[in-house]
This record gives sequence, C-alpha cells and structure tokens, in this order.
Amino acid sequence: MSKIEFPLVTRHLGAIDPESLTAYAAVGGYDSLKRALTEMTPEAVLEAVDQSGLRGRGGGGFPTGRKWRFCREAPGEAKFVVCNGSEGDPGAFLDRAVMEGDPHAIVEGMAIGAYAIGAGRGFIYVGHEYPLAAARLRQAIAQAKEQGFLGEKILGTAFSFDIQVRRGAGAYVCGEETALLNFIQGNIGEPRNRPPYPPQQGLWGQPTIINNVETWANVPVIIARGAPWFAAIGTEHSKGTKVFSLAGTVKQPGLVEVPMGTPLRQIIYDLGGGLKKDRAFKAVITSGPGGGVLPKQFLDIPVEFESFQEAGGNLGSGSMVVMDESCCMVDVARYFLKFSFDESCGKCTPCREGTKQLLEILTQITQGHGAEEHLTLMEELCATMASASLCGLGQSAVNPVLTTLKYFREEYEAHVREKRCPARVCRPLLKYTIDPETCTGCLVCLRECQVGAITGEFEEPQEIDQELCVKCGMCHAVCKFDAVKVES
Amino acid sequence: MKNDSVSLTINGKLVQAPAGQTLLLAAKENGIDIPTLCHHPELKPEGRCRLCVVEIGTAPRTRLVNSCTYPVEPGLAVETASAKVLAARRMVLELLLAQAPAAELIRQMAAEMGIRETRFQVGLPNQRCILCAQCVRTCREVVGVSALSLAFRTPGKLVTTPFMEESAACIGCGSCVFICPTNTIEYTEKDGVRTVWGREFELQPCRVCGNYIAPKAQLEHWARLTGDPVESFFVCRDCR
Repeated sequence: MSKIEFPLVTRHLGAIDPESLTAYAAVGGYDSLKRALTEMTPEAVLEAVDQSGLRGRGGGGFPTGRKWRFCREAPGEAKFVVCNGSEGDPGAFLDRAVMEGDPHAIVEGMAIGAYAIGAGRGFIYVGHEYPLAAARLRQAIAQAKEQGFLGEKILGTAFSFDIQVRRGAGAYVCGEETALLNFIQGNIGEPRNRPPYPPQQGLWGQPTIINNVETWANVPVIIARGAPWFAAIGTEHSKGTKVFSLAGTVKQPGLVEVPMGTPLRQIIYDLGGGLKKDRAFKAVITSGPGGGVLPKQFLDIPVEFESFQEAGGNLGSGSMVVMDESCCMVDVARYFLKFSFDESCGKCTPCREGTKQLLEILTQITQGHGAEEHLTLMEELCATMASASLCGLGQSAVNPVLTTLKYFREEYEAHVREKRCPARVCRPLLKYTIDPETCTGCLVCLRECQVGAITGEFEEPQEIDQELCVKCGMCHAVCKFDAVKVES
Repeated sequence: MKNDSVSLTINGKLVQAPAGQTLLLAAKENGIDIPTLCHHPELKPEGRCRLCVVEIGTAPRTRLVNSCTYPVEPGLAVETASAKVLAARRMVLELLLAQAPAAELIRQMAAEMGIRETRFQVGLPNQRCILCAQCVRTCREVVGVSALSLAFRTPGKLVTTPFMEESAACIGCGSCVFICPTNTIEYTEKDGVRTVWGREFELQPCRVCGNYIAPKAQLEHWARLTGDPVESFFVCRDCR
C-alpha cells in the first residue's frame, strides 16, 4: 500500500470476512456501539460527531453533527435514520465496496446515530443493481440482532433500534434524499420541496437523518478513536479521509482512500499509476453527471469540498473518471446530459425540459449542426436550471456543460465554427481517407464497408467515396496497416 | 405583534404574514401578484412548474425558491421580480413553449413576458400538457379516487391511468378536464355517454326533467360516500 493511502472506511475491505460478525468483532467491531451506549450520553455522541468535523460524503458536504442536532431537537412522535446506499454515478463503486465488504460498519454506525438522535427505526436503501450488497446487509442485520446489537434493549440498555433494507427499483433520482424518502414510503420517487428539511420532517413527516454509506462507516471510527484524532486528519474545513473510485484511462483503476487535502495529481499519478499508454491528461470528472470537468490546471488542487466547488466541480460521491487527450469534451458533456435526461424524474420544468434541450443542443453540435448562438443559449439555460430546479439533480446536471464551456471553449468553437472535432470523436465531423502509400490493397476494408464506399483493385491503393461514406469507422478498425487516416 | 405572525419584506415593503403561510399567499395578500401554473388554491402545492420562483436573502447570498411552498420567515427579504427571477421565469416559459406548443395559456403568458417564440427545439405540434399535475392532484385530493397518476420519468413522463388502461377507479366526473389549465384532456359527451380517459360512462338522466345529471359511476361514488341509496341522486339539482 502506498504511503498516501489512509484507509479508515475501507480498512476492513478484503481483510475480514464480511459475512461474519465474529470477524468484525475480532477487529474491534461493535466496540464503538458498546462504548456509546454504556459510557456516553446521546449528547456526548452528538458532540463527538460534531467535534470530529465529519461532513456528509454523499455530495452535499453538510456537517453531519449539525444535521444530527437538528433532528435530535426537532419535535416528532418517532425519529428515523436512513442510509443512502444508492450509487448511480457512472464510475462510482465505493459505496458498493463498503456495503459488500464491511456491512457491519454501516449497521454499527447507524445504531450509534440512532442512539444519538433518539431514533427507533432505520432503513438502508440499496440500489437495484447491488443484490450482493443488499444480501450482505440483511445478513449483517440478522447477525447483529442475534448478538443483541440490534433489536429490543440493546446490550441491556433502554435503547431499542431496528434496521430494514429497502431495495431500489433502478431510478437514479432515488439517490436524492427526499426522493428516497418518498420511495421508502411507497410513493413515486420524486424529490420534495424544501423546507421542510428531512431532519425536521422526513419519513412519514417525522424527523429523519439521511447519511450515505461512507458517512455512516466513518461514525464507528470517530467513536473508537475519538473526535480530536479524526479532526486531525484532513484540512481546515474538510476532515477525515475520502474514498474515491478511480476509473477512466488510468493504469490502475480501483478504490483509493486518502486524507482530505491530498492533491488530485497524487491520486491520479501515484495511486492510479498515471494514464494508460502514457497519454496526456486532459481532464478529470468527479461526481459523475453532477460534477464538473476539471482540466490539468487543477491537478494540484487538494481534494476537499471548498477547492472543488471553487473550480466548478463537485467532490461529490467519490467517483473519479480520468480522461486523456482522446476524449472530446463536447461529447463528454453530451454523454452526461444524456444520463441526466434519462434519469431526471420530470417533476420540475427546468430539469425536465432543460436536460431535454441541453441534450438536443449538444447532439446538434456533435453532429455538425451547431451554431454560435447555441453556446450562449446553453449558458443562459444552465443558469436557470442551476438556480430554479427543484433538487440537486437538475441544479448540478449543468456542471459538465458549464465547466467544459469554461475550460474547453475552443473545442466547442471548433465544432460550431469549423465543423471539426479536434479529438476526432464526433463521427459526423470526421473524414476517413486511405493513404495510397501505406495501403497494400488487401481489400479487407472494401469487403467490410457496408455502403460500398470503398473502391479499388486487388493489391492497388483503395479509395473512399466521401459522398457515400457514412463514417461508421469500420475501415479504420479493420485496417492492419494503419492506412486509413482519420481527419477532422 | 401577534405571536403567530411574522414580519418580512417583500419587494422592499415591510409586511406581516401569519406563520406558516407561503410566500406566494403572503405576496398576494399584499397586492403583489406572482404568476403560477401548477398552483391551485384547492390543491396542495407541489412546486412543479417553477414559474412562481422568487429571490430570497440579501446580496450576495441570494437564491431562488418557489414561492408556492416556501414559508414566510421572520426578517426574510423577498424579491418577486428581480432580474434573476424574471430571467428564470422567462426561461421556464420558453421551455414550456417548446414542450407544449398548442397550449394557448402558455403562449399568452409567454407573450406577456415578451416571448413570441422559443429558441428551443419544439416538440409535437399538438402537445398541450405541461405536466403540472393539477388533474392528478384534483383526482386524489378533491375527488378522492386516485384514478390518475404521473408515470415514467423525463423522457416519457405523462399523466395516465394505471397501466394506461381503462381505469376501474375513474368515476367519469370530469374534474380533471375542468381543472386542466391547458385543455389537454380529451372529453366528449354524446347520446348519453361521456368518454374520458378512454372509458365510456353511461350518463344518468334526471327522473323528473330527463336532463343528464352525471355519470352513473359518479352517482354510485356519491352513494358510497354518503351511505344513501344511489337512487336518491337520480333527481337533478334543478328539480329537487
């Protein structure tokens, strides 16, 4: 393991048997719950979480202690804790790893949180695509009940708490906390207007805290090691560690956990081993469709909530997709907008119609039908979507567009003005030709061309009829001699 | 000042409002109109259309919120027609104009804000629905039968009956048709038969004058609600 890594949340992954409570207990598991219930008042637990400086790892970065306090102080007949185990961002797999690899840590964290705020019931929402995570969590809950860590009068105290797992049905928007609450209540997964905020009125109108998997998994660590120890890790405003699922064109993709404040460059180059084929770094996008595309001048910014926000990005859920020079930034923006359009719930106009129109414009641009006024129209539309959308999905869906427009404007201009894709990705803007010097006349491309655009004699240089060519790229893919040239 | 009343400023004017009231109503009671589309006084506000957005807070920390659900807060500064508000409102109307080009109301409201045409890709020319869900909410909250629902997400979101089939729960009352601000819902009445949401409803004639009263299914719904025999509703209001 590299010296940069600092595994807290991921410390048990692969090290203990996730299906065994005994294995978890052998590494100090449930000691934090014991300590909280027997040595600490709920107020002291709350104080510890507050002092630790822990901030929500689901994307918002809201101080966890403050959220819990709101909930604890809110009047209600019953209180609930919820674990948001929805992880839909493309390239994100860290919550899955924790749910599958250390389910007891989540259960323990939730029990501690429930004790602090006075909740009697908890729910874990697990995405539809994570059956193993749901199974492991259910098993962990059953084992914890058997051993008296969940259920009635836990560890002989007056505190009772139980957890249920709820499987999602495949909607990305159900990862939005209020849509998630609606889903758990059996309603359509549309987000709610705020206020009221969930800590005031959440599940069934009762005070509810919702934290994501990584946040919950941090809680037992804070209780075990103490708030000052935890608060010593990280930066001034972002404490502790952050787990990233490193993906994209890096040599070693995978799960990394680093202290807050680690420069992006160290994560990508030291832990990720740099880019595949040693290609030039172009951009990194964190937090998927709601994140910003950060170019190389941001490689040295520390990973923390503030610095990412300033750059136009979003530390977000922890997905980190690295892109090299072969990526077209207009196409990247179009890809993420397609995702947001498909996953937008359609409740509010700016997100529903806005993602539709942004996708339409970006598609036009990548197909060579872009116009100069499209760029200003997109900026205008993005401003309204960011400020007037109901929930975070619509508000942040504009980030890939705004950041690419800001940092890679020349690429948009090449598409719009010159009908050219500098990265040679947008097929309608490409031109395929055959280099007569290199072509051996093997006729493989001629046979593969589905529209008969290639002509030439055997062992003679071939030629592509530009009128007939549909730019499918097949000739380029099958040529063994690199004779098919792609220009834009 | 009364205990349950809060004071706030709307467009620079100090106003009093009962605690818990929405910004939309507080503004209205003080003579400030905020345009709305999905709002209806008889229905729970859902904040769908985002036309009623207002700017709250003091510069530089201001943000847009939808006034139909946001409650009054002591000392809150609200702007109902700031540059940011108007820009968002225009954009919402321009988007709706592209979504529902056949909706007369949208064309009218857009024209009032100086928008004659949309810069966006216009959808199907006969499209009127703006997904304000007033029909769905009326059916659920006022009529109490929940025959309608929103289905799917953005790419195919629509108002429909369960499984897009004839709804057994529908009583054919036509409240959804009545409430729809853009005249989207198809509805016909011919030869004693009302057709709505793809289902035909037999209309009950008045025992006295012979004029049609309402669909039989609706009268049966009334009978269920009141516990009276259905026949007691077979005389129209004029003849009673």
